[in-house]
Amino acid sequence: MSKIYKNAEHALEGLLFDGMTIMSGGFGLCGIPENLIKVIAASGKSGFTVISNNPGSNDFGLGLCVQQKQIKKMIASYVGENAEFARQFLADEIEVEFNPQGTLAERIRAGGAGIPGFYTKTGVGTLIAEGKDHRDFDGETYIMETGLVADVAIVKAWKADEEGNLVFRKTARNFNPVMATAGKTTVVEVEEIVPVGSLDPDHIHTPGVYVQRLVQSTFEKRIEQLTTRKKGS
Amino acid sequence: MTDVLGWSRDQMAERAAKELEDGFYVNLGIGIPTLVANHIPDGMNITLQSENGMLGMGPFPFEGEEDPDLINAGKQTITELDKSSYFSSADSFAMIRGGHIDLSILGSMEVAENGDIANWMIPGKMVKGMGGAMDLVAGVKRVVVIMDHTNKSGDSKFLKECTLPLTGKGVVDRVITNLGVFDIVEGGVKVVELADNVSQADVEKYTEATIVS
Repeated sequence: MSKIYKNAEHALEGLLFDGMTIMSGGFGLCGIPENLIKVIAASGKSGFTVISNNPGSNDFGLGLCVQQKQIKKMIASYVGENAEFARQFLADEIEVEFNPQGTLAERIRAGGAGIPGFYTKTGVGTLIAEGKDHRDFDGETYIMETGLVADVAIVKAWKADEEGNLVFRKTARNFNPVMATAGKTTVVEVEEIVPVGSLDPDHIHTPGVYVQRLVQSTFEKRIEQLTTRKKGS
Repeated sequence: MTDVLGWSRDQMAERAAKELEDGFYVNLGIGIPTLVANHIPDGMNITLQSENGMLGMGPFPFEGEEDPDLINAGKQTITELDKSSYFSSADSFAMIRGGHIDLSILGSMEVAENGDIANWMIPGKMVKGMGGAMDLVAGVKRVVVIMDHTNKSGDSKFLKECTLPLTGKGVVDRVITNLGVFDIVEGGVKVVELADNVSQADVEKYTEATIVS
């Protein structure tokens, strides 16, 4: 059975439903599964809980789903840079569960590894700790956080082989490898699918066991904060 | 405070660079802390961590050489160095929360004399989120804050108790402001160093926190 689908639309066929939980890789607009997001934004489905570090920009990435009012709840660490998201948030049209970024990453890692909860120092003594189980280890206080899983995880990688072994590129890796482990179904879009045997097994970042569906796409890759220096400086 | 007393923002960053030690792995926050990178002494081996998944952050790219796959935690385009490495967000925060990063330099809205820090939300205003700040202050070995000593209305940001929701409790080690350098110690705040043209009386006037000698 091949994991390879001919386009992003086919790769998500039969997976989307109202009220589902979706994990979406990326940090800002870097390393986001931009074509899979476009398919979700055009799906007509809604009531989603979306787990992603950020909600995209006004007109790109998950911002497209925000525009379509498909997101009921967002689990994220930072939601700036998106005016329409801010509007819906302030109008109580969207619920936000803020997670410290490391707690978010670890909750996803734990979820993917079958770990239902863990203790961390992050957030002790803050609003984040309210209502959470506190426990002391060696004289220090920690709070319990729970693992996260999703009905579907959408992931962006650089390359895949035909078995779904993945390689990421530079800081476009970010949340993608952990989210690949935490989807009941993980759909990955890549810039290039190569034959098995052409990736060095020692250099694979995510083994194919975590990948159910794979699609090759072309990417726009928007830059949020273009910062450069002049030659000679 | 109407006139800026003491150090400029760049001078605060320059002073913060003296917190660096050879071989340190360092995370710099957004804003004034980013400027610290411009003052790393020649010959000192400092590795900058970017919490979106990189060690060995290089300078901004030359025009036309930017790579959308290579950004820092402020979403700015950056470059890599020969020593750079990339990793996932989970690995990135494992090194932060596991105490493997030597120093975090970050900005703040308020710091209290017991080391509490509040820099992520103002009730009644749009909450953007804490990003990685709660993880950094809880996990990094040493936490240094750079901030203006007072807010725009002239009120002290260095308090007996934070009024805003906390980012971390009892986590700050040192604070660098336009007025000088201060350590959080038993019973309050100790003046380590005064900025140029700043007197002990100025510090006392603009500091709500208890000053101990």
